[in-house]
Amino acid sequence: MSLLSVRDLSVKFAMRDNTVTALNQISFDLCKGERLGIVGESGAGKSITGFALMNLLSRPGYIDSGKIQFLGDDITQMPEAKMRNIRGNEMAMIFQDPMVTLNPVLTIGQQMVETLMAHRKLSKAEAEQIAIVKLREVYIPSPEERLDQYPHELSGGMRQRIIIAIALLLDPQLIIADEPTTALDVTIQADIMELLLELCESNKVGLILITHDLGVVSQMTERTLVMYAGRIIESGRTREIINDPQHPYTQGLINALPQQTKPGQRLKQIPGNMPSLTSIPKGCPFSPRCEYVQDHCLTEAPKPVQYTHVEVACHEVNRLHSDKAEEMN
Amino acid sequence: MFAYLVKRVFQAIAVMFVISLIGFAIQDNLGDPLRELVGQSVSEEVRQELRDELGLNDSFLTQYLRFAGNALQGDLGTSYFFKEPALDVILKKLPATLELVMGASIIIIGLSIPLGVYTAIYPNTILSRLIMGISIIGISIPVFLTAILMIFVFAVELGWFPSYGRGDVVHVFGFWDTNFASLDGWQHILLPSIALASIMLPLFVRLIRAEMMEVLQSEYVKYAKAKGIRPWRIYFVHALKNTLLPVITVGGVQIGTMVAYTILTETVFQWPGMGFMFLEAVNRVDTPLIVAYLIVVGFIFVVTNTIVDLIYGLVNPTVNLARMGA
Repeated sequence: MSLLSVRDLSVKFAMRDNTVTALNQISFDLCKGERLGIVGESGAGKSITGFALMNLLSRPGYIDSGKIQFLGDDITQMPEAKMRNIRGNEMAMIFQDPMVTLNPVLTIGQQMVETLMAHRKLSKAEAEQIAIVKLREVYIPSPEERLDQYPHELSGGMRQRIIIAIALLLDPQLIIADEPTTALDVTIQADIMELLLELCESNKVGLILITHDLGVVSQMTERTLVMYAGRIIESGRTREIINDPQHPYTQGLINALPQQTKPGQRLKQIPGNMPSLTSIPKGCPFSPRCEYVQDHCLTEAPKPVQYTHVEVACHEVNRLHSDKAEEMN
Repeated sequence: MFAYLVKRVFQAIAVMFVISLIGFAIQDNLGDPLRELVGQSVSEEVRQELRDELGLNDSFLTQYLRFAGNALQGDLGTSYFFKEPALDVILKKLPATLELVMGASIIIIGLSIPLGVYTAIYPNTILSRLIMGISIIGISIPVFLTAILMIFVFAVELGWFPSYGRGDVVHVFGFWDTNFASLDGWQHILLPSIALASIMLPLFVRLIRAEMMEVLQSEYVKYAKAKGIRPWRIYFVHALKNTLLPVITVGGVQIGTMVAYTILTETVFQWPGMGFMFLEAVNRVDTPLIVAYLIVVGFIFVVTNTIVDLIYGLVNPTVNLARMGA
């Protein structure tokens, strides 16, 4: 059953004298308990997608058009009070940097209890009991004592565990994790990801994992969206996207991974940079960097089409594929 | 905590030492005390004798140590004009000044927080623009002008409030005269308090607004929204507490500054406090009183700042007073 269904979602930013399109008609679905990865470079629109799903875009950003159906209701049309009841309750979010996410002047206990009491009629003591149980689930040692501690008394990894515990407090249907380990030590990153995966599986929680790490996506998610310049350019099952990418950009990303290169060899970079949102080229946004570019790529924006197992937004995907087949022979 | 307290007290003593040095240097260099004491008609020989007797021919160090030793025992010299110990003269005037500062502080605290928070949350409403506009005017107009304008409008033209003096004060605790115990007292203290607050209040509104707007952009406020917390709780629990931390520090300094600002307010309103007294002492070249005033105001400044720093440490959980003492 579909938990989340996004249709033609466009997000714009109102600048002084024009508007900038940050998300361009993206569509995707998420089933209950499914884990979806969103990958792309910085500025591709991944985080904006996450905040749009929460209806938490801060000005000057706004949802211009499209629908976000969550548990049957359209979030874009929802009154604020009802939306507030969904946030933290049905849909929780894990932020990027645990060092700045928790309020420095409130104790861990206060920040957990207030979340519970915002959504359920509970006494403070009952809420604290739930908080302790959840802290134990994320392997926080002596959780009772943590409740009285302030964020600065805890390490970054510990704080991110607490934020995961807060996300799970009200048994949500969906967790949006926006680069949850980018700000952490490499040694802790794997622990946190493993914990997140374990908890999502055991609680049957849907997960949208926003990251630029293809390795993490392949371990954590069942399906993947590849974003570029505010569009979804390729989507499908994670295994197929990693093993047999169709879009030239996705291929470039995979080829740029260190594992694809011999020691001592230079990494295979994609030439050029992602265009800034104010100067997205006409036609295919990837065309200036694409080695397969044709004339019609420069004038006409490609629409996502089903190709083998994935959906790809590329005019040249057929030719690309036959080229590859020839290479094989 | 205790170690920090001791450290702060030592700092305070160091500051007081510097203030006393400055105060003494003024006394040493401002006019000839003999002229104030005996006038013109006494012969030079008698003057020299008196100088020796008063120790005015001793070295700077000896004189300073004597001055400091006396000051430590509460003897800041004798006022030429009042022929009384200078400290006694000041302490008699102190309650009037402190009540004025208190009145202004109540106005500032009571208004700056709601106004600052409102203009931060709704920066674009007409009311916010109006508040910000008025605050610029408030900062720009000097205190004495505000005071004169208020006397003109509310005392002379409208006749709502008295224009000078403390009015009916009530004697409490055996040593303190208060304005806050009678209607007449309240009426008398209102205009001077507003005048004294007129510069600090806009300053604090703007400070709180700027801090609050920054805090509202922070990740933890976004995160609180993502947890589904109600807006009023985000504003007043999550944001305000973080907003007020830097404001407390500035506030401590400003309370001290306000004691100094009372000179202008008290003069315009003929308020019988120590600011008014200081101006009179300057006119009369009453050097011991001037020096005593400097030292007392310096002392108030140091004490309030120390207290505010301690409060800051208690309010801000990330400040560890025990560790700061080390």
